[in-house]
Amino acid sequence: MSRLNIQLPGLNLKNPIMPASGCFGFGREYSQFYDLSKLGAIMIKATTVEPRFGNPTPRVAETSSGMLNAIGLQNPGLEKVLSNELPWLSQYDVPIIANVAGSLEEDYIEVAEHISKAANVHALELNISCPNVKTGGIAFGTIPEVAKQLTRKVKEVSEVPVYVKLSPNVTNIVEMAKAVEDGGADGLTMINTLVGMRLDLKTGKPILANRTGGLSGPAIKPVALRMIYEVSQAVNIPIIGMGGIESAEDVIEFFYAGASAVAVGTANFVDPFVCPTIIDELPMLLDQLGYEHISECRGRSWQEHEQLTYHRA
Amino acid sequence: MIKKELCKIISQEEVAKDIFELTVEADFVNEINAPGQFVHIRVAKGLDPLLRRPISISSFDKKNSQFTMIYRKEGKGTTLLADNGPGMLIDILGPLGNGFPVNEVNAGETALLVGGGIGVPPLYELSKQLTAKGVKVVHVLGFQTESAVFYEKEFLEYGDTYITTVDGSYGKKGFVTDVIKELDFDCLYTCGPTPMLKAIEKQYSHKKVFLSLEERMGCGVGACFACVCKTSNEAKDISYKKVCSDGPVFRAGEVLI
Repeated sequence: MSRLNIQLPGLNLKNPIMPASGCFGFGREYSQFYDLSKLGAIMIKATTVEPRFGNPTPRVAETSSGMLNAIGLQNPGLEKVLSNELPWLSQYDVPIIANVAGSLEEDYIEVAEHISKAANVHALELNISCPNVKTGGIAFGTIPEVAKQLTRKVKEVSEVPVYVKLSPNVTNIVEMAKAVEDGGADGLTMINTLVGMRLDLKTGKPILANRTGGLSGPAIKPVALRMIYEVSQAVNIPIIGMGGIESAEDVIEFFYAGASAVAVGTANFVDPFVCPTIIDELPMLLDQLGYEHISECRGRSWQEHEQLTYHRA
Repeated sequence: MIKKELCKIISQEEVAKDIFELTVEADFVNEINAPGQFVHIRVAKGLDPLLRRPISISSFDKKNSQFTMIYRKEGKGTTLLADNGPGMLIDILGPLGNGFPVNEVNAGETALLVGGGIGVPPLYELSKQLTAKGVKVVHVLGFQTESAVFYEKEFLEYGDTYITTVDGSYGKKGFVTDVIKELDFDCLYTCGPTPMLKAIEKQYSHKKVFLSLEERMGCGVGACFACVCKTSNEAKDISYKKVCSDGPVFRAGEVLI
């Protein structure tokens, strides 16, 4: 496994593969399929101060090579996450990245302050990019100055490094990335879902009760790659990349674009074993491509380097 | 325990217009513990359509490690599924969810099984199991029209079977609720469209009733929170159940439908 280990602020990852927030609950469901200690980290479901039920159903709709969701940050609330979910996860040897969400600035601060004290929480993921809540969330993720201020305030109270999850639903993602870097972010996670819609052929109305939802899955992979390519050249903080990853090849592509680790989201729904499968397949792919360590792949899309011989190994 | 398995197709037949009966071989048949559980099928080899399709188990045979599903060919996914023939392999996750509780009714008592359209299939295994334990079983099965009717003969083997069609082209014209008014029972099990479930729940609030719900699903295992339903009307009460992993079968009144 020494070919896959990665060091990032707050995170000592045995491999760079982790399930993305919102696609893995708090791990319980997937623990019946495999040992969660196998994962590099786990990004747990977004946590808000108070429990949230989320949006009415239907909450998902399928699209070509992807899906739309409008769950609406359903979660049991900060208290229950601290008393039930995180202690349960502590039986596994895996760092937790806690996704922090809210409507108001003080909500984010309160969740960040408390959840960052949990022993197995090694980093926070600041969710300023959820497209499915009416207030907060995405507003913080579309105005650079607002995002920067929120990042700064969360950094002040957090006991662990803070990664900011960027929304692709902006005109200039580089500007957003630089703003949160200025605000003191230790890293970025990107991309969240793209706002989309599907309509019912018979009724003519949106399929999702929330009308719009976040598009995820392989359909958004090219958008994620382009944005990581741009942002990774403009900032000096690491990026955990996500957006349609479902294979070891995809992981390498994200590293080439400039990611230092990756998260797997929608693919967990299609194949519950996708994360351990990718982890097992990566060393063979590194052999085929002629790399000793996965970190050699990082940023090759924009770095000057001599051509490696294919099948060098 | 839930398994993911490449299952070999034993047979696939169109048993009514656009209604397919698919039998596969799977080791996880041993893990099925109640009628009304379902499986999650990956219909495409590639990435489109992406999500699995939840389909209920209509009968199983542990001795031969086989189970049967009946589904309606309707959209892109089920159309692809219907193209598979004997010998082909399909990726199935299962068994999933909690099925109908057969122990809620005793030998000598009467169970009323009420199905609507593509909600009929899981009642078949239920009927088989209830009959085996000495329960008197009566079926009321509703369809749109004559060409959509399936499994009448199969259900008749286990008990009285009333068929209704919306257009009156076969059996009694109307809805299942028109027929069940005239029947007596100790326990009612039902699966079908939500308006039908609602009508039954309202009509028999004083009786023992179990409903199997349908909802759009993502993961099928309880992780994505796509298929939740509320358990109370109170605005402040945010308690919920997940159709995929807490259901799909619930006691009437347990969740809001």
